[in-house]
Amino acid sequence: MTESSLLQVEALTLAIKSSGRAVVDQVGFSVARGEIVGIVGESGSGKTLAARAIMGFVPPAVKLVSGSIRFDGEEITTMAPKRLRAVRGSKVGMVFQEPMTSLNPSMTIGRQLEEGLALHRKLDAEGRRALILDMLRRVGLSDPQGALEAFPHQFSGGMRQRIMLASVMLLKPALLLADEPTTALDAVVQRDVMELMVGLTQENGTAVLLISHDLGMVARYCRRIVVMSQGRVVEQGPSADILARPKHPYTRKLLAAMPQRGEPRDLPQVKTPIVAVRDLIVDYPGRQRFFRKSAPKRALHGISLDVQPGEVVAVVGGSGSGKTTLGQAIAGLVKASGGDILFDGKPIFKSEAAYWDYRLNCQMVFQDPYSSLDPRMTIGRLVAEPLRLVPGMAAQDKTARVAEVLTEVGLANGFADRYPHELSGGQRQRVAIARAVVRRPSFVIADEPVSALDVTVRAQVLELFAELQRKHGFSCLFISHDLGVVEQVADRVIVMNEGRIVEQGLRDQIFDDPQHAYTRKLLSAVPGLESTDDGGVRLFWRLGDARQDAPTPRA
Amino acid sequence: MKLPPLNALIGGGLIGTLVIVASIGALWTPYDPLRLSFRYKLAPPSPMYWLGTDEFGRDVLSRLMAGAATSVWISILTVTLAVVLGTLIGVFSGYVRGWVDRVIMAFNDALLAFPGILLALGLLAVVGANKYGIILALGIAYTPSVARVVRGTVLSLREKEFISASRVMGNSEAFTMARHILPNCIAPLTVLATSMFGYVLLAESALSFLGLGVPPPAPTWGNMLAGSRPYIGQAVWLGIFPGLCISLTLLGINLLGDAVRDKLDPRMRGTR
Repeated sequence: MTESSLLQVEALTLAIKSSGRAVVDQVGFSVARGEIVGIVGESGSGKTLAARAIMGFVPPAVKLVSGSIRFDGEEITTMAPKRLRAVRGSKVGMVFQEPMTSLNPSMTIGRQLEEGLALHRKLDAEGRRALILDMLRRVGLSDPQGALEAFPHQFSGGMRQRIMLASVMLLKPALLLADEPTTALDAVVQRDVMELMVGLTQENGTAVLLISHDLGMVARYCRRIVVMSQGRVVEQGPSADILARPKHPYTRKLLAAMPQRGEPRDLPQVKTPIVAVRDLIVDYPGRQRFFRKSAPKRALHGISLDVQPGEVVAVVGGSGSGKTTLGQAIAGLVKASGGDILFDGKPIFKSEAAYWDYRLNCQMVFQDPYSSLDPRMTIGRLVAEPLRLVPGMAAQDKTARVAEVLTEVGLANGFADRYPHELSGGQRQRVAIARAVVRRPSFVIADEPVSALDVTVRAQVLELFAELQRKHGFSCLFISHDLGVVEQVADRVIVMNEGRIVEQGLRDQIFDDPQHAYTRKLLSAVPGLESTDDGGVRLFWRLGDARQDAPTPRA
Repeated sequence: MKLPPLNALIGGGLIGTLVIVASIGALWTPYDPLRLSFRYKLAPPSPMYWLGTDEFGRDVLSRLMAGAATSVWISILTVTLAVVLGTLIGVFSGYVRGWVDRVIMAFNDALLAFPGILLALGLLAVVGANKYGIILALGIAYTPSVARVVRGTVLSLREKEFISASRVMGNSEAFTMARHILPNCIAPLTVLATSMFGYVLLAESALSFLGLGVPPPAPTWGNMLAGSRPYIGQAVWLGIFPGLCISLTLLGINLLGDAVRDKLDPRMRGTR
């Protein structure tokens, strides 16, 4: 393989200049021409740094200690800057994670796409234009002519990522580096963009190095996988082998952390649901302009749902489906323009007493653990804050309760005096969960509680959440776009699209026998996982997707 | 024992010296700062008059010491007034939003568009030129910029999830503002307040120059600096020493402000 390999990285070591700590340690892997290789790892594994070194982009605080990167027979690490610039763009392309910031907002799409072509290819304006139009058509833009004169903000995230891809592929590079190219996108859009990327690169014989934390996605599209942890390559090999027979403990841990369907639970049937939502309507007011108001936008079109005591109800949908608005409206953060919320059978909008009962019993866990904790408060004070409003609770009871809850979430020793910035993302989310359950609520709304977390941390937090849920028996409205997570935690699933509920039912029913077209589309966009007896997992595509295995291009 | 950060040491040292000198100056000075002496007018620094004398033969060192208390006191009160008023307006406006915010901010921006010194001049014409008149006038003149900064900070804080979390907990709006929004405004406020301190010292001297400051013969650094202008060619010490006092005070305040901000911000702890 070394003979024909396009990219050969050997014993690459990068260290932080000030401390000398190795962040990429003796990393070696290769990519053959036209091959798709995935690098999987969690945050801090060094996967992005290793990939950027290939482009010759090493942040100023990091230095190259040793190792070699050979691209197409040339050594990148010692290449002259001028030659390196020629290689970048024309032979190696890169697609970044954030489609919102990777295109220049003040340049038209046409000019941005032309930039690279003008730099690296000897073509006249006509020739460039023809190439660009052809490529825009190829990436699925409906109006390529119009797109040339349009600005990035006029496109959605998925469209921008397509345009980004077009701009890179225009130069027909030999290697495409894709750093979390679809992480910021919706599941459904994610699949479309990935398929487009694979199709386009295969057509041009471009090799792809796909960097991602999402093992399922990498396994689906890559022929070989490199698993990285803490700056080292712990395991690499063909995708099928890694999944079926993981050798390294870290790979096993990663696979075990993939969400899997839990056993269906039998919940006692009760007459009154703990929370009932009736015909809930939310309108976002239009923008106020001079003397007139633009029409309000309806975000929820009459949503009705019931949550039984002790039940975990998941709300799934793509971005813009209204699932977050629904959570916020039920939590009272967004004012409903119509409809009712009943807590324990009593409408909360009608009486002050019912509202306060609900307010004390309904709590929320937010998505972003970096913004949901006040940076100026210690963990102890953060967790104690909700108890302030509990009527007639003595100070020592409060202290005892805070200590108890912190123990429950695994942050007992000395965490109470720390500040949020001293904690990792997973620990912060534990604090957020502690804050939500400290008042012993009967209903918790969790809005994407684990989507900002790494795979293994996510598994731990989900486990903690399930444990607390079993122990204290609160009901939960679990809002998520991640069907894998939903499959693991939910008793019942509600599928939303464009502000309406399109389908709801028991989890197994939704996942095994979806009725609505939108549900089917959502499900087909993400791979399912099944553990096998020997510690590996089997990847399968839901709803009889034709391809049962990861594609093996140019096998 | 770990030494405090360098900016706290230098800033604290400068401001500490200033406070001591100002306190001494209020009680005792080498000469009477108001005593005229035509024999020694415009005398250069000498063992007798350490920092020289001015055009009326008054001792510059004595005047600087006596003026320290006035100048610093005016600046501190002015900045405090502007910060308190501006914060109240900014937090309120940023938190309620809607048309109330729009009206307040339109008014605020109109004031902001006015040169501060002109506004102060107008107000001084109404309240009369004395120490408290200056404080009130400059305080009001500098309020809009504080209100702007605070409102901006509040608007961005409002969107943070911990504010939503506070509302979900059932906390009242007033409690949320006091507990979660105000403390998080401190960092930008300290930066603003320390830089404003300098502007106020200078504005006070500008007002003195225009004859609307603390009325002579009482010394302030500002009117000493302003009064030195005609003699800059013959008696350079007249301008240098008040100017040096103002610069060193600003340096001290800025360093101390940075140190205080770092100290108050838990994120900065343990990072150096």
